Amino acid sequence: MSEPLIFERGRPGRSAGAQFPRHESAHELPAQFLRERPPLLPEASELDVVRHYTRLSQMNFSIDTQFYPLGSCTMKYNPRGCNSYAMLPGFAARHPLTPESSSQGFMTCLFELQEMLKSVTGMSAFSLTPMAGAQGELAGVAMIRAYHVDRGDEDRTEIIVPDAAHGTNPATATMCGCTVRELPTRADGDVDLGALRELVGPRTAGIMLTNPSTLGVFERSITAIQDIVHSAGGLLYYDGANLNAILGKVLPAEMGFDVMHINLHKTFATPHGGGGPGSGVIGVGEKLKPFLPVPLVGSTKDGYRWLNEADVPKSIGRLSAFMGNAGVLLRAYIYMRLLGQEGMERVADYAVLNANYVMVQLRQAGFDIAFPDRRASHEFIVTLKRQATSYGVSAMDFAKALLDRGFHSPTTYFPLLVPECLLIEPTETESKQTLDEFIGAMAEILAMAKSDPAKCKDAPTTTPVRRLDDVRAARRLDVRYQPPEVQISAEIVDIAEN
Amino acid sequence: MSEIPAELKYTKDHEWVRERDDGSVILGITDHAQVSLGDLVFVELPETDSVIDAGDACAIVESVKAASDIYLPLSGTIVEANEALADSPELVNTDPYGEGWLFRFKPDTPAELEELLNSEDYERFVAELHD
Amino acid sequence: MPFIPHTDNDTQQMLHAIGVDDISRLFDEIPMELRCGHLDGVPEASSEYEVGRLMRRQAERDQVGLNFLGAGAYEHHIPAAVWELTTRGEFYSAYTPYQAEASQGTLQVIYEYQTMIASLTGQDVSNASMYDGASALAEAILMAVRVNRASKSKKVLIPRTVHPHYAATVRAITASQGIEVVDIPYVPDSGRTDLGALQTHAGTDVTAVVIPQPNIFGVLEEVDELADWAVEHDALGIALANPTSLGLLRPPGEWGREGVTIVCGEGQPLGVPLSSGGPYFGFLACKEALVRQLPGRVVGRTVDSEGKSGFTLTLQAREQHIRRSRATSNICTNQGLMVTAATIYMSLLGPEGLRRVAIESHAKTRALTAAAEDIQGVEAVFTAPNFHEVVLRLPVPASSVLERMRQEGILAGVDLSAWFPELLDCLLVCATETKTDEDIQTYVQSLREQVEAARTMG
Repeated sequence: MSEPLIFERGRPGRSAGAQFPRHESAHELPAQFLRERPPLLPEASELDVVRHYTRLSQMNFSIDTQFYPLGSCTMKYNPRGCNSYAMLPGFAARHPLTPESSSQGFMTCLFELQEMLKSVTGMSAFSLTPMAGAQGELAGVAMIRAYHVDRGDEDRTEIIVPDAAHGTNPATATMCGCTVRELPTRADGDVDLGALRELVGPRTAGIMLTNPSTLGVFERSITAIQDIVHSAGGLLYYDGANLNAILGKVLPAEMGFDVMHINLHKTFATPHGGGGPGSGVIGVGEKLKPFLPVPLVGSTKDGYRWLNEADVPKSIGRLSAFMGNAGVLLRAYIYMRLLGQEGMERVADYAVLNANYVMVQLRQAGFDIAFPDRRASHEFIVTLKRQATSYGVSAMDFAKALLDRGFHSPTTYFPLLVPECLLIEPTETESKQTLDEFIGAMAEILAMAKSDPAKCKDAPTTTPVRRLDDVRAARRLDVRYQPPEVQISAEIVDIAEN
Repeated sequence: MSEIPAELKYTKDHEWVRERDDGSVILGITDHAQVSLGDLVFVELPETDSVIDAGDACAIVESVKAASDIYLPLSGTIVEANEALADSPELVNTDPYGEGWLFRFKPDTPAELEELLNSEDYERFVAELHD
Repeated sequence: MPFIPHTDNDTQQMLHAIGVDDISRLFDEIPMELRCGHLDGVPEASSEYEVGRLMRRQAERDQVGLNFLGAGAYEHHIPAAVWELTTRGEFYSAYTPYQAEASQGTLQVIYEYQTMIASLTGQDVSNASMYDGASALAEAILMAVRVNRASKSKKVLIPRTVHPHYAATVRAITASQGIEVVDIPYVPDSGRTDLGALQTHAGTDVTAVVIPQPNIFGVLEEVDELADWAVEHDALGIALANPTSLGLLRPPGEWGREGVTIVCGEGQPLGVPLSSGGPYFGFLACKEALVRQLPGRVVGRTVDSEGKSGFTLTLQAREQHIRRSRATSNICTNQGLMVTAATIYMSLLGPEGLRRVAIESHAKTRALTAAAEDIQGVEAVFTAPNFHEVVLRLPVPASSVLERMRQEGILAGVDLSAWFPELLDCLLVCATETKTDEDIQTYVQSLREQVEAARTMG
């Protein structure tokens, strides 16, 4: 299946006339401000547009159509009710600067969300404004720095990050003007405590961890870790990417974390949308409360009001024009109300059950598990190093072969520490039936890798395109359509010295 | 087995250097490096006449899976960058010790070249990495 | 249990396969002292019906009749097809397109989006979006600092006519990177950036200059002069543009003699509902020479192993998951869903439709201004031409007028004194193509009544 570009679907002079004002008023804007040439936007009929984007949607894999076991992404079902109610006209049409007197419905939902998030994490306060996990991390590291500077301890500029950490962690540390100190992981999946003792000192601002770690196993020495870091004067940041594994079982605050972000688009089922929007709400213990990014929702005897810079004078400031991804927050709120206390406490049970079941079955089918002596958390790692060596079939080839069998692949090549790895996270919303089908597909591919490796390397063959030349994509940069009359070279970008 | 010409000097960052008669030094990345990176898509080179300290990053070689910094092993001044790489970064893959050279620099203290690895040391270093 | 499909039978079979007798055994690696009790702060579960009633009640509490607020979030007609298509499950519940063969739909949408934004802004390349306009501006500034290597100061000039929340966001995000933000005042008559004040920085090392168009007051800045000033003083110009206006106005790539090479802004007006402030999306575009310093995702066109055209994420080596601590930014997401909506919106409107929406929004605001100035004591504060917002000064305290009008179902404007104490009793008012002549009459009538009532009392 293929689909031309929308620009190619349309024709000059065509338009979707029902969608814009029928008349054009005169205006007296000075000519110097006006465009001379119209922008390159499609000239298409409404049917052209509807057909085009409907067909494009049919070229996607999605949770609504396929099992999507991407590790560390928590691709659970996005409940439709969350979308419908978040888009009710009263919410969807509400301007962000609407006075508080006409915002109490919305603010009630947000305040209750803040409270519920405190419950499930043990944290003392939440700011709902960071618009993605990475922004939550930025806020967290910025708050840690602000805390130390506020105490007169300006030299604390080092952030410790495990070598298995997600790339946003070190990238965030750098963005906050800190230097990254890497902490090695041991063969059994826990971090190296001896190395940690060497790394901490008077320059330590804090450590960024996720638990369970990116290796899919619970960091058993977390109490020792928090002891070492706190004793050295540093703080602990919890990357909430893997919260789905411990929801209702462990409170991050009780593991000793001072600050954390939650990826609402992971644990709280808000949509991934092809790459966003996310939400990285940030929770803190008492130490960091004064530094939270604004605005926050505060309660008064008559209702709710916004807390701004004046109310939180030591705040690290605002991270967005308004108050973050409100629509995503509403979806998370609705999800939490649908699950309720009991539902929230069951999420981890079934997420972990599903992961351990798939792990055991894959091991029996002949796959190598990276940490065979550990329990899977909500995810686990398969390493295909042996198959790569024996048959020349890599993790990438397995991933592509899964696409042909109607499954989105697991996360590949992350974490970096395990060679030829697949990080598999089924999530709790998948049935045993689906898991068995996936296990069957994996076993089939393994057999094919042995008997006909070339076929694996040829996959995928049933998707709209075959494997793409990404070297060419980077060398001959073509990132926008040029209509045929315009001649611009599509060759490599020249550096212009600035 | 990766190619490691005997007459060159090497660094632990997988760079090679070749001294010229005029005292300038040419630098590139080794066969091992180009294999690890994969097909190069872009090379960012330092500006001529920039003065760089030993150990500082002065260039970037980018493939689809990695963007690696190139560190100047000795303090010095950049004399010339390999302009051909702008259009053909793949030269680094096809001819890493020849046409895939990155840049030429004048070291402040040429004697420091002696402290770099010779081809046997580098070969051993690479072998140990694979253990 | 909602969304958990396991029957008791399923669970038993799975536990048996694993070799444990109870789910709780699967948590045996977690030290007992860390285990928590019940999540008492979470209320009991509700059915979808019950939650629906609750949400409807909350939403109804906040209904207001007529919205005349702008200030960075704009009400425009969004064609029904936009969100019907965008909330198709294949778009809504798809992941980031890392497995390109399984994501050609999303990737092609983004490629089309990049094309449209590049053209609208007069640039060569656009990324796949940022979180919102304010954070896009912060990232544009960090980009300008990286690009302008000749400049060492990291001094960035930001006019006071840039949205105050944007300036605050820039400060918060760039705080730890040694960026010095310097305000440039505006001329009280025209509402434009004071070129004389800008000139005081001549001869100093300026890394970048932000140029808003239109500015927070809705006023059209002297963008050619500002762009030329930046070039003449070896600073990088960063345009902060309203995307609807770009359907009508000359794009930043054509400002001044050489054009501006980095453009950012808030994309919400392109098919994204007001939704209480988010999710929105920021756009960021630049000239080809700067593309490797562009943060965020970029989609490129290439071919597959059979020579067929296809799309993939490209230039990923600059991003966090590869470059880690040396990445251009820590950004991991783009606002995929909003970008999908915006692309469909721009496709439905086309060049002619976007132009009309821009013109009509401008015209409605002019009509409102003219009618409001008929009220004794009410006047437009600034003399320079404006796009689709106007600042009206009232002869009476603004806060009570606003409250009274709100009670009548009209959100009459933003009281600017909170951001600009010198603009006492001034309202920032926006009328877009969504306002009919009757709506404007209703507004003016109510405003007249409230002003006159306040005058007789005060």
